[in-house]
Amino acid sequence: MKILVCIKQVPDTTDIKWTENNTIQREGVESVINPFDVYAIEEALKFKDAEITVLTMGPLQADSMLRKAISVGCHKGVLISDKKFAGADTYATGKTLASAIKTKMADFDLILCGQFAVDGDTAQTGPSIASQLGIPQVTYVRKLDRFDGESVYAERELEEGLETVKVQLPALVCMLKGFEEPTRPTINGIKKAKNANITVYSMEDIGLTPEDVGIKGSPTYVSRAFRPENKRGECTFCEDINCLADKIKVFGGLNG
Amino acid sequence: MAEILLYAEVTQENYVHTVLFELACKAHELSKKLDNAEVSTLLICKQGLAELYKEAFKNSGFDKVYIAEDNRFTHYSTEFFAKVAIDIIKEINPEIILIGATTQGRDLAPRISASLHTGLTADCTDLDINEKGQLAATRPTFGGKLMATILCKTLPQMATVRPKVFKPLSENIVKDTQFIYKKPDIDNIKRKVEFIEFIKRTNITINDLDSAQIIVAGGKGMKNEAGFEILKDFAKSIGASLGATRGAVDMGLASQDIQIGQTGKTVTPKLYIACGISGAIQHTVGMCDSDKIIAINKDPKAPIFDIADIGFVGDVFEVLPKLSKIFVLK
Repeated sequence: MKILVCIKQVPDTTDIKWTENNTIQREGVESVINPFDVYAIEEALKFKDAEITVLTMGPLQADSMLRKAISVGCHKGVLISDKKFAGADTYATGKTLASAIKTKMADFDLILCGQFAVDGDTAQTGPSIASQLGIPQVTYVRKLDRFDGESVYAERELEEGLETVKVQLPALVCMLKGFEEPTRPTINGIKKAKNANITVYSMEDIGLTPEDVGIKGSPTYVSRAFRPENKRGECTFCEDINCLADKIKVFGGLNG
Repeated sequence: MAEILLYAEVTQENYVHTVLFELACKAHELSKKLDNAEVSTLLICKQGLAELYKEAFKNSGFDKVYIAEDNRFTHYSTEFFAKVAIDIIKEINPEIILIGATTQGRDLAPRISASLHTGLTADCTDLDINEKGQLAATRPTFGGKLMATILCKTLPQMATVRPKVFKPLSENIVKDTQFIYKKPDIDNIKRKVEFIEFIKRTNITINDLDSAQIIVAGGKGMKNEAGFEILKDFAKSIGASLGATRGAVDMGLASQDIQIGQTGKTVTPKLYIACGISGAIQHTVGMCDSDKIIAINKDPKAPIFDIADIGFVGDVFEVLPKLSKIFVLK
């Protein structure tokens, strides 16, 4: 059983600071593994005896994130990194990851992704990879079970309820966030992670041209980014319970 | 003539999702800025369902309705629906495709856009046509802290649109709608994903969250069953409906039918009172369009206060019983 887990390095979004020009300050902001991807790793770790490769497209610094994944039990780390990848939208990102998988890691059984990335929140890269690899996708999954070597049951969390599907592998599964505490690295794991060889592939390595990747390869582009106007204005804090009760009365249209 | 195509989502319960009529209202507005482009819809459903909706479609001002019916379409399937949608889109070449940003829409749309090698903007909250006639799709990123307007270099220009952001048509636009039946070409698809079962959320006990004027919702901060009892008492004291975050549902404190947020319900009450809710984006997308938001939380730095009108920093276990007492005494 070979599992690929696609992860993304994201800024800690709870800690957003603004520059004077109303753009998001990225320098000095701590990066973390996208929380949804942490649970994709968790789900992979539940498959005993599986060989787990973590894979990311990003700058060379993303190396540390791959090592973090190895420290909790993943086996290999692959970094797809090239300056030409900058500015990729979800289509170009999907194409880049799919090409890397096709050319370098084609013998996988299962690809796991997080359902969303907390920075972009598009939920599109997973299906984009699956579509470009021509394999089935199962999204909004809260758990996988009954793996029998060829197929696995996936429980999907939807607006109206829970759907169970049985998917034949190879397939791509997008995981929702779980609620258990994620696995902590062991001392042995940290040692392994420190000594692990992270494989780095460039654009040429995975058979793509500048037209396929980055801004050039992206059908969409941001024409304007701006700070949302706060329609509600600042939050007003009530100091005592009577103030709070009054507001509930007024906003709720309660009598008396 | 240019065409704006809307995806008519059929839900698990086999009705057309209301987001279609919100998309319709917006599409008519966009059409005016695009030399009166045609507004059409695509319905992929089980045999016979389209008949039930013909009147509603005629009253929504659709020029054309493309219908692909098959008895294998009793449940949404990415493999079948993407194939059918892609075939029809390739034939009609619309300029713009709009899809509800529901779990189904967000599963289907990227599959279609990747296959058509075109762009897709996710979960938009505003749409416009710019001076060059392009679709300008605006969406929140970074957990709602940054807005981005996104353009697309290729056709069709695709976007998923968050439900309940646009108002549905306020009055009928009656059109002589053309109903065009398309035979689904799916016989050669070897399906890899098999539907096993669907467990519907049970019926909502207190009253319906969709029509509730006031919602009192609890998060992980309500800690335990006793906490949710306190929450229920408070909701009862002000005649509110009860809601919960995914966190609270997963802790077993509330049933899934009252879950609000990304994989739950989207609600827009007059007043939303968030109790012990930190305010993760996965929850706030489901309630941020409420008229007024009041948040009660121990942590003065909780992100829920960023979107609240009124905040109260305090322990829900102390505050809520006091509030219940005030309102019960009235």
